[in-house]
Amino acid sequence: MSVLVYIESEEGKFKKASYEVASYAKGVADKMGTSVTAIAFNAGDVSELGKYGVDKVLNVTNDKLKNFNAEAYSDAVKQAAEKEGSKVVVLSQSANSKYLAPLLAVQLEAGYASNVVGLPESTDPFTVKRTAFTNKAFNFTKITTDVKVIGLSKNAYGLKEAQADAASEDFSPNLSEEDFSVNVESVDKATNKVTIADAEVVVSGGRGLKGPENWGMVEEMADILGAATACSKPVSDMGWRPHSEHVGQTGKPVASNLYIAIGISGAIQHLAGINAAKTKVVINNDPEAPFFKAADYGIVGDAFEVVPRLNEKLKEFKEKNA
Amino acid sequence: MKILVCISHVPDTTSKINFTEGDTKFDTNGVQFVINPNDEFGLTRAMWFKEKQGASVDVVNVGGAETEPTLRKALAIGADSAIRVNTPATDGYQVAKELAKVVEDGGYDLVIAGRESIDYNGGMVPGMLAQLLKANFINNCISLEVDGENAKAIREIDGGKETLTASLPLVIGGQKGLVEESDLRIPNMRGIMQARKKPLNVVEAADTSVKTEAVKFEKPAPKGDVKLVDPDNLDELIDLLHNEAKAI
Ligand SMILES: Cc1cc2nc3c(=O)[nH]c(=O)nc-3n(C[C@H](O)[C@H](O)[C@H](O)COP(=O)(O)OP(=O)(O)OC[C@H]3O[C@@H](n4cnc5c(N)ncnc54)[C@H](O)[C@@H]3O)c2cc1C
Ligand SMILES: Nc1ncnc2c1ncn2[C@@H]1O[C@H](COP(=O)(O)O)[C@@H](O)[C@H]1O
Repeated sequence: MSVLVYIESEEGKFKKASYEVASYAKGVADKMGTSVTAIAFNAGDVSELGKYGVDKVLNVTNDKLKNFNAEAYSDAVKQAAEKEGSKVVVLSQSANSKYLAPLLAVQLEAGYASNVVGLPESTDPFTVKRTAFTNKAFNFTKITTDVKVIGLSKNAYGLKEAQADAASEDFSPNLSEEDFSVNVESVDKATNKVTIADAEVVVSGGRGLKGPENWGMVEEMADILGAATACSKPVSDMGWRPHSEHVGQTGKPVASNLYIAIGISGAIQHLAGINAAKTKVVINNDPEAPFFKAADYGIVGDAFEVVPRLNEKLKEFKEKNA
Repeated sequence: MKILVCISHVPDTTSKINFTEGDTKFDTNGVQFVINPNDEFGLTRAMWFKEKQGASVDVVNVGGAETEPTLRKALAIGADSAIRVNTPATDGYQVAKELAKVVEDGGYDLVIAGRESIDYNGGMVPGMLAQLLKANFINNCISLEVDGENAKAIREIDGGKETLTASLPLVIGGQKGLVEESDLRIPNMRGIMQARKKPLNVVEAADTSVKTEAVKFEKPAPKGDVKLVDPDNLDELIDLLHNEAKAI
């Protein structure tokens, strides 16, 4: 019966998003009067999950699962759900989880709700709130199947501590040839950079910065805040910044805690991708820029004057609060 | 190679989003519908296969008659024929099941869908479709090449990319990168004229059972006004971010 949560790890370490889905699973389990079981792959020490209410961890150790593989992972999670008799399976909305979840839902004959932003409104019927229409609205979805798969939006629930055992149990799912029919040939990943997907803070620059040579102050701010750097679409189209930094409707989605937009006008296609960020700050010299309508805090001013001064202040603040 | 491109018919991003009937229905009044942006990239990539490797390209939508102009647009861009499964699309699983039937009946080798629609299924259909077909699936595809029975794809992952290989039949969830944005096709006059004569086949739905129901919609609470901070008083911004927003 226990709520099953799929825990992602990287090189044996858990990410913050993993603790968030664990916290959420605990919230759902409390509502349903049951416990939380996690499934983790090649994770090493899993005891930390106990802090967020996980009672038991199915620990899969298998060299063939070193790289993420949607089909094989989905098969393993399915077998875990069956073993535990789970009625609810919780995942994050990382690129990998979004790849895996629909496969899992079909395998479990479960209804799947993606982009979920909170605990179920009710568990019988099972109704969850999700974002829809590129964050311009919410949709309440009722899942009518016996088993439910829930994809939790990043930063929608937060971390909630609740002490539990996280008792580790070895788990060896039966995997077949077919589980590996999509082969990972190579992985190309910057290891020492904060990614837009994982970042708590994203610092983003637009065409207002005039040229690639002016990004030093953006990178400095990102450095001070431990943030990822991002940019508007024209900036990556013109080759000022790499395509991987392009955020918005046609780029990467942003759901960080803080988004700082420098010299970005706030076009609707840009906002569509960053609306889910909790707190938005805009620095723009045009008080009429549409971004001011979408932002929480704004500075009307020239980025070339404001940003270097703000960086100094942020540095002082960080040193004091270190 | 027989390619099927799944086309989702969605409100243009600049549309005003409103609801009717006690917030249970999306208000389509005055809304401009378009081909889902991720599907536009996929369709253009499919045209490349057609022209360079001699593939046939059909497009499909699960939806009511109101989606036909969107399918005609795909025909005008260059697809050979269109299929509409005549039933409202209410649930990702239901759509995937209808699409699976179309793929099986048509014997397609490659199905190109989008990473997600910009309405509300939120990235369900392509993976479910692949699983129902027991076909290989690659999501977040930013590059796709096919050589005979073998496909090679690049997938965007958090913080990088991954190169994958798989044999056909294959379903992909595609996005920007499959082709460059500057290469996206816009229908020209000749295409539009030809599209009128191309087949658009309407087939009836096989099974309308669902696993989820959208019961209600809600708009976010109106956002408070932006707090403006004087550029000469940046300490105030730091204070607000730290104490009020708890963001730093
Ligand atoms: C189908 C479609 C999809 C799109 N998808 C995306 C997307 O995913 N992401 C995206 O970003 N865009 C997207 N766009 C483009 C979008 O419409 C805008 O054109 C784009 O976001 C504008 O980028 P920008 O704000 O950097 O540039 P601009 O609109 O040129 O704005 C620059 C801003 O900088 C300000 N500025 C100038 N000088 C200074 C200074 N010295 N100090 C401070 N501020 C200054 C100006 O006041 C202005 O507001 C899309 C468009 C379409 C049609
Ligand atoms: N009603 C539909 N008809 C045809 N294809 C669809 C439909 N809904 C979704 N798709 C395809 O599935 C992709 C992802 O959609 P979704 O699961 O709705 O986010 C879209 O980009 C389309 O390629």
